[in-house]
Amino acid sequence: MVELFVVLVAGAICLGGALGVVLNRNPVHAALSLVATLFGIAVLFIAQEANFLAAVQIIVYAGAIVVLFLFVLMLLGVDQAEDLSIEPLGGQRVAAVIVGIGVLGLSLLALASTGGEATGARPLEAAANRVTEGVADIDQLGESLFTDYLFAFEVTSVLLVIAIVGAVVLSRKVRRAEYVDDPLEGDSA
Amino acid sequence: MIAVAEVTPAWYLVLGALLFTVGAVGLLVRRNPLVMFMCIELMLNAVTLTFVTFSRMLHDVHGQTVVVFVLVVAAAEVVVGLGIIVALLRKHPTATADDLNVLKG
Repeated sequence: MVELFVVLVAGAICLGGALGVVLNRNPVHAALSLVATLFGIAVLFIAQEANFLAAVQIIVYAGAIVVLFLFVLMLLGVDQAEDLSIEPLGGQRVAAVIVGIGVLGLSLLALASTGGEATGARPLEAAANRVTEGVADIDQLGESLFTDYLFAFEVTSVLLVIAIVGAVVLSRKVRRAEYVDDPLEGDSA
Repeated sequence: MIAVAEVTPAWYLVLGALLFTVGAVGLLVRRNPLVMFMCIELMLNAVTLTFVTFSRMLHDVHGQTVVVFVLVVAAAEVVVGLGIIVALLRKHPTATADDLNVLKG
């Protein structure tokens, strides 16, 4: 009963936020709707007993990624409302809605054809990655991350460093008179 | 009195499918690059919700591990993507998704 209420309310928040992202003309309002969706998703994570992921979702997604979006919006001053009535490619909106209905139909068909489970896999009986009831989810997640997925974990740290370097290089302002001085030519500036 | 229905994992999967669809349609319809990026984030969130649902359904913690990696990759992707958008919009402040040729040069 409680889970029903939580799922309905959080689901409504998620969908409302998602529609807000798509339909809002002002990009800043769209970013705030995205925050609403992320909070709804975090609540749904908690309803499914993935507590650590809910916390990380709030901290990383709502607390860093959306803030980054807002920084860029404010920095570039592109927060003017977009004119949604212009349609550069004729018939694109109709095609987009048809594609959307097709994707949704496919997903729901896959779900319904297996009787509401969408997978033929069955819960593992005795495996190292089986979630046992008494153990906290963060313990098992940590164990899985640092043993089974250790290499991928190390590679993601390299990925983050690359992303930082890329961001610094991409967003620096190149001065107009940036000459490369000839090193043979004596004194350089 | 409201009929008390049992919340099965299928409810979460349907919600994930709906979120993904809204994100996909938004990506196709909007022209502002930043809002298109937000729709991509919507789709990623729908997928993480699906992963967590399957993780709980199959009693397998690997679903949650994949969600951690999706979050890390999404963060890195947002950083680099916004860097590109910043570099682009500095030169052409009114560029939208229709101006594909601004990437030239």
